[in-house]
Amino acid sequence: METAEIIQGAGGAIGASWLMIALPLLGAAILLLGGRRTNGWGHLLGVAMSLGAFVVAVLSFVQMLGLDDSRRRQAVELFDFIPGMVKMGLLIDPLSISFALLITGVGSLIHIYSIGYMSHDPDRRRFFAYLNLFVAAMLLLVLADNYVGLYIGWEGVGLASYLLIGFWQHKPSAATAAKKAFIVNRVGDFGLAIGIFTIWTTFGSVAYGPVFEVAGEADQGVLTAIGLLLLLGACGKSAQLPLQSWLLDAMEGPTPVSALIHAATMVTAGVYLVVRSGAIFEAASTAQFVVTIVGVATLLAGAIIGCAKDDIKKALAGSTMSQIGYMMLAAGLGPVGYAFAIAHLITHGFFKANMFLGAGSVMHAMNDEVDMRKYGGLFSVMKVTAITFGIGYLAIIGFPLLSGYFTKDGIIESAMHVNPVLGWLAVAGAGITGFYMSRVMFMTFFGKRRWAPDAHPHESPAVMTIPLVILSIGSVFLGAYLILGNRLMLFLAPAVGRPADLPGFHPFSAPGLTTLALVAVGAAIAWAKYGRAEVPQVAPRGSFLTTFARRDLYGDALNESLFMRPGQWLTRIAVFFDNRAVDGLVNGLAAGIGGTSGRMRRLQNGFVRSYALSILFGAAMVVGALLYVGTL
Amino acid sequence: MTTHYLVLSVLLFTIGAVGVLIRRNAIVAFMCVELMLNACNLAFVTFARQHGNLDGQIIAFFVMVVAAAEVVVGLAIIVTIFRTRRSASIDDANLLKY
Repeated sequence: METAEIIQGAGGAIGASWLMIALPLLGAAILLLGGRRTNGWGHLLGVAMSLGAFVVAVLSFVQMLGLDDSRRRQAVELFDFIPGMVKMGLLIDPLSISFALLITGVGSLIHIYSIGYMSHDPDRRRFFAYLNLFVAAMLLLVLADNYVGLYIGWEGVGLASYLLIGFWQHKPSAATAAKKAFIVNRVGDFGLAIGIFTIWTTFGSVAYGPVFEVAGEADQGVLTAIGLLLLLGACGKSAQLPLQSWLLDAMEGPTPVSALIHAATMVTAGVYLVVRSGAIFEAASTAQFVVTIVGVATLLAGAIIGCAKDDIKKALAGSTMSQIGYMMLAAGLGPVGYAFAIAHLITHGFFKANMFLGAGSVMHAMNDEVDMRKYGGLFSVMKVTAITFGIGYLAIIGFPLLSGYFTKDGIIESAMHVNPVLGWLAVAGAGITGFYMSRVMFMTFFGKRRWAPDAHPHESPAVMTIPLVILSIGSVFLGAYLILGNRLMLFLAPAVGRPADLPGFHPFSAPGLTTLALVAVGAAIAWAKYGRAEVPQVAPRGSFLTTFARRDLYGDALNESLFMRPGQWLTRIAVFFDNRAVDGLVNGLAAGIGGTSGRMRRLQNGFVRSYALSILFGAAMVVGALLYVGTL
Repeated sequence: MTTHYLVLSVLLFTIGAVGVLIRRNAIVAFMCVELMLNACNLAFVTFARQHGNLDGQIIAFFVMVVAAAEVVVGLAIIVTIFRTRRSASIDDANLLKY
C-alpha cells in the first residue's frame, strides 16, 4: 500500500497532541487521589478534561486539514521509553485523528450524559475518574506511534473496562462479568503480546514507520503468524468469534459505559489494530482472509444472538458484535475496505452510542428495568428518547440516506467485489439486523404497555437528552458526508493507502436492493410478531433455534467444556500431586526429624552427675583419639 | 622426679573426677572440681619446670583466676539452692530437663 512519509518534529496543535492523553489522565489522577474532597465537583472536572482533549483533537484536525496530503503524517517525539528499543512518540495521521475525534467527541457527550444518569449514585466521582482513565488509555492506544505504546493503551482500556463493568461491585453478577471480561481479554492480549514480540524479533523495531516499510520482505510464514496473533488480540478486544463471550455479560456495567466502551470506542480497537497493521496483513493474504472469515462469522453470530435477547442492553450488545463483525470484514478486504471499516466504525460509534444512551434513558425512567417484555408503548411518554432512538434504529438497519445505509452498503459492495460468498453472507446479516433491531424498537416504544405496576416513566432531564439529540444528528448525516465523493477514503489515503480505482456509489445495484428488501422483510416480520401482536410478559419457550440464540450460541458452554473443565481437572491433579507427593515428602521428613528428636531429648534428664559422666566419656574419647593419632 | 609429680597429679585428678561422679553433696562435688583443677595446675607447673620456661606457670595462674571466679558464682548458686530447698543434694536439683 502507498502511504505518505512520516514527518518528524510536528508543531502547533499537533505538537501539543500529547495533551489529549495527559488531560484525562490528570483528571483521573486528581479524582482518584483527591478522594471524597472532590465529590462535589469531580464530575465537572471529568467532563472538562474530556472536553479539553476534544478541543485539542479538533485543533489538531484543523491544522492537519491545512496541510498537503504528503505532510499529513506527523510524528511527535515524547521520550526514550526503553533505551535502544522503544522511543515513545505519537503518530498523528488521518487514521489516528479520526479515532481521536470519535473518542473525545462521543466520549465527551457520554461524560455529559453521565452527569444526569449517575446523579443518584454515591460513587459518581469514582465513575468519572474511571471514564477519564479510559479516555486517556484509549487515546494512547490510537495515537501511539509504536506497538508497545499501543499495547500499554490496550491494557489500559482493558483495566478501565474491568473497573467500569464491575462498577457496581456489590452485585455479584457485575463482579463476575468484570472478571469474565478481563480473563477473556487476557487470552487476546496474550496473542497480541506474542505478536509484538514476533514483530520485534523479525523487524528489529516496534515503531510503525520502520516496521511497515519492510513488512513485505519478511518470510511469508512469519508474517502469517504475526497477522494471526494480532488478529487474536483484535478478537479479544473487539468481542469477535471465538472470544466473543464477554461482551454480553459486560452489559452489567452502567449504561453510559456500555455506550462508550462496549459500543462506540474500546471494542473497535481491534478494527483499528487490523487497519493500522494493514501493511502486515496485505503481505500475509492467509491472515487477511482469516480476518474476513472471523468478521462474517461474528456478524452472523451477533445478529442471531440479538434476535433472541429480551434484555434491551444485551440485544444491543449482540448488535454491537454484529456491526464490529462488518468492520472486521471490511478491514480484512485490504485498501478497498479500510475506509468503509473506519466509516462504519465512526457512524456506528454515533448511532450505537445514541441507542445505548436511549436505552439508558428508558431504564432511568423504568426503575432500571431492562426486560423489554416489561416495556411497550413508551413512545408517548418519552418522545425525545423515542425519536432519537428511532433515528439510531433507522441508521443501523440501513434505512436509505441515513448513516448506516451508506457505510454498511459500502462494506457489502466491497465484500462482493473481493469474494461474493462473503458479500451475500453480509447481506443476510443485514436482513437479520432489520429484524432484531425492529424487534427492540417495537417492543420498547410501541405496542401495548406492559409496565410493572410501580413504573411511572417520564422523559429524562436535558443533560441526558441533549447528547442524544447531538448523537442522532450524527446518525443521520455522518454516513452520507463520509462516503459520498469518497471523502473519508481520500482523507485516510495518506495513512492507509487507497485502492487503485476509487469505488463509486451504486444505490441500485443488486446487493444493495436485495439488502433493502431483506431489511424490509425483517422489519415486517418484527412488526407482525412484536408490534401488532401481543407480546407475552414471560418469554415463551421458543424453538430449538431460539434457545440456541438465547444461550449465546452455546459459546459459554463451549468454553466451559473445552477450557474450564480441563483446566479444573488440571488444577485438581496438580493439587493432588502437591498434597500427596510434595507435602508427603516434606511432612515425612519433618515427622522423622521430630520423632528422632523426641527420643533423643530423653538424654536431658536433669541429673548433673550423668552429664558429668558423659563429659568424662567425651574427654576420654578425645584423649584416646589423640593418643591414637600420636602413634601413627 | 617429674614422673612422681605427674603421678600425684593423675591421682588427684582421678580422686576429683570420681568424687564429682559419685558424691551427691553439692559442696563436695564442687571441692572435687577444684581438686581436678589443681591437679592440672600441678601438671602444668611440673612441665614448666622440666622444660625450663614459664608458659606452664602462667597457665596455672590463669586457671587459678578462673577457679576463683567460678567459686564465687558456684558457691552463690549452691547457697541459694540450699536456702530455697533446704538441701544441697545435686540430684534433688533436677528440674531443668526435657
